[in-house]
Amino acid sequence: MPSDSDVIIVKPSKGWISLKLEELWEYRELLYFMAWRDIKVRYKQTVLGAAWAIIQPFFTMVVFSIFFGKLAGVPSDGLPYPIFAYAALVPWTFFANGLNMASNSLVGSANLIKKVYFPRLVVPISGVISGVVDFVLAFAVLLGMMLFYGILPTVNIMWLPLFVLLIFITALGVGFWLSALNVQFRDVRYTVPFLTQFWLFATPIAYPSSLLSEPWRTLYGINPMVGVVEGFRWALLGADTAPGPIIAVSALVALAILVGGAFYFRRMEKTFADVV
Amino acid sequence: MSDIAIRTDCLSKQYHIGIRHNEYRTLRDTLTDALAAPFRRVKSLFRGEPYGAADMKEKIWALKDVSFQIKRGEVVGVIGENGAGKTTLLKILSRITEPTEGQAEIHGRVGSLLEVGAGFHPELTGRENVYLNGAILGMKKAEIVHKFEEIIDFAMIEKFIDTPVKYYSSGMYVRLAFAVAAHLEPEILLVDEVLAVGDAHFQRKCLSKMDEVATTGRTVLFVSHNLAAVENLCKRVLLIEEGRVAMSGDAYTVVNRYLQGVNSAVKNTISLVDSKDRSGDGRIRLISFHLEDIKGNKVSVARSGMDVVFAFGFHCQEGEIPRNVDIGFSIHSERDQTLFVLYSSYMGQVFDKLPTVGIFRCHIPNLPLHSGRYRVGARVTIGQEEADWPRGGVGYLEVAEGDFYGTGNKGFARSAPFMVSGQWTLTDDSAPFIEDES
Repeated sequence: MPSDSDVIIVKPSKGWISLKLEELWEYRELLYFMAWRDIKVRYKQTVLGAAWAIIQPFFTMVVFSIFFGKLAGVPSDGLPYPIFAYAALVPWTFFANGLNMASNSLVGSANLIKKVYFPRLVVPISGVISGVVDFVLAFAVLLGMMLFYGILPTVNIMWLPLFVLLIFITALGVGFWLSALNVQFRDVRYTVPFLTQFWLFATPIAYPSSLLSEPWRTLYGINPMVGVVEGFRWALLGADTAPGPIIAVSALVALAILVGGAFYFRRMEKTFADVV
Repeated sequence: MSDIAIRTDCLSKQYHIGIRHNEYRTLRDTLTDALAAPFRRVKSLFRGEPYGAADMKEKIWALKDVSFQIKRGEVVGVIGENGAGKTTLLKILSRITEPTEGQAEIHGRVGSLLEVGAGFHPELTGRENVYLNGAILGMKKAEIVHKFEEIIDFAMIEKFIDTPVKYYSSGMYVRLAFAVAAHLEPEILLVDEVLAVGDAHFQRKCLSKMDEVATTGRTVLFVSHNLAAVENLCKRVLLIEEGRVAMSGDAYTVVNRYLQGVNSAVKNTISLVDSKDRSGDGRIRLISFHLEDIKGNKVSVARSGMDVVFAFGFHCQEGEIPRNVDIGFSIHSERDQTLFVLYSSYMGQVFDKLPTVGIFRCHIPNLPLHSGRYRVGARVTIGQEEADWPRGGVGYLEVAEGDFYGTGNKGFARSAPFMVSGQWTLTDDSAPFIEDES
């Protein structure tokens, strides 16, 4: 029998409301199943299947190596250009896919949102999580390339999970904003490809951030992906740039986007079922 | 601990509807509006208003001041026309959308079924979808694992459980979807129209499952257009009209009231007095036809299994005091097939000493007609001579679904308009055979 603590009060919400993280925790199995579903169906009815997870960053790397590395002679912090670019493209692809999945997730689950109650935050979160498998595959190739170039990771590799977390936070933060906006404004659907393209070049993927002098370089960390990319190169390839301050700035900005995005999402949540 | 499961207090929901402003008067207005609109929208965006709220001045109350209480273990039906607000009510109670005003208290774990198969993914197999759909409906993984066999059994699709559901027939799809939903075991169940799925056989299975749920002491709020099912499953029914609770009470009364309201607009009389298309000498003229319930109240719609009274108004010619009058009526299907004819003489009754104006009444217990629209014909004779026979009939009989068999079963499809009840028995015929052997 239910106790009185089980009482649910349904009433209009006002202003900024709580994130209800404990409820999100209760629904963790749903989160797991939704992410699992997205992973399962991701490459259904494709010929190349999961190979797509590698093709995307790998061929971008090839193109970058030819045009930026060879032809334009862009510096690469003393590393071979291909691995310099690929080490950045792996986290970038995870971020860009996660952002894309999250932004379109609510609209894609419109039917579910109109018919079933569950914490709506589950939808964009599972969208980002579903990219993990792709990330792992692309990362395995990165390890292979390191072996090929004879680069051994330094002890700094223990910081790597932190940078992966930072990708998560950034993709989720931006994903919260864009998915909630997408419910009301389908403009978002057209903005996302443009935004990721723009963001790709605003992030030191094809070039090193050491092209900038201080304090601009640290300020560059306002783009959270700068911290991620520099962090990856530092932790895995032993690039000589100590990115401490950049990463600190990036982490702060990413957290601010995440918290702001989560509250905005929760605030808009009440209109989702009526508008989507 | 209270024994209340759901209590709502002035629950209201307002929607903006997309009626645009009147045409713009000048080009200048158009331009300034086009320029200002994005700013207005962005402003409304940060206030947490739905998209376009700023553009849509017109508002409607989909639900207004809805207050009711449902006790623990009660099974309550919700009926009403399309758009009356039934689904909105269910959506608010299941927290899919927020009320604009008022509040509701829900005591206990809620499971809501607004659609079967919500979240089914066509690329996933039946097995995978069971897990996914179960999780979406709020079941724990352990719970799904525990009930898996039962679910597959109920859906009758063992063979195809590892086939992607996109290759399923729509019947299989729906059966699997309902099977998952049927194994949800919340303390409070909110159900919307999910019984309107599958073939007749599966529908019966669903109904008996619902019956099972209802008898295990769980609280159920059941929205449906299947009035026979509502009446059979629910003791109490709420009638929602234009967003308000128009009536709440025992199932039979509320369902009847609903049917009268809905169909009052439907004209079911042929202008009988003026009709020239008739034969007979005219010593008696049929002038009206209507239906009554056994208490003598006019009803516009009968229901299968209802005790109904056919009433035929007449007047006699001046100075005429007819004797040996026989009145009969016939029921015709929409395809104009005559289903039955009943003259008073068949029952051994003829009438004498008719008043100048009066009504013949014929009481038919347990109306054996399936839901549908039937034409009613009537004819009067005086001493075997035809007095009046309106050739176009005297009116129409609207029959709605009802509980003819007393079991909640709607019976066969409308293509078989007649209903007959009977008792079934089983005899064991193998015993005498064995005796012969020995």
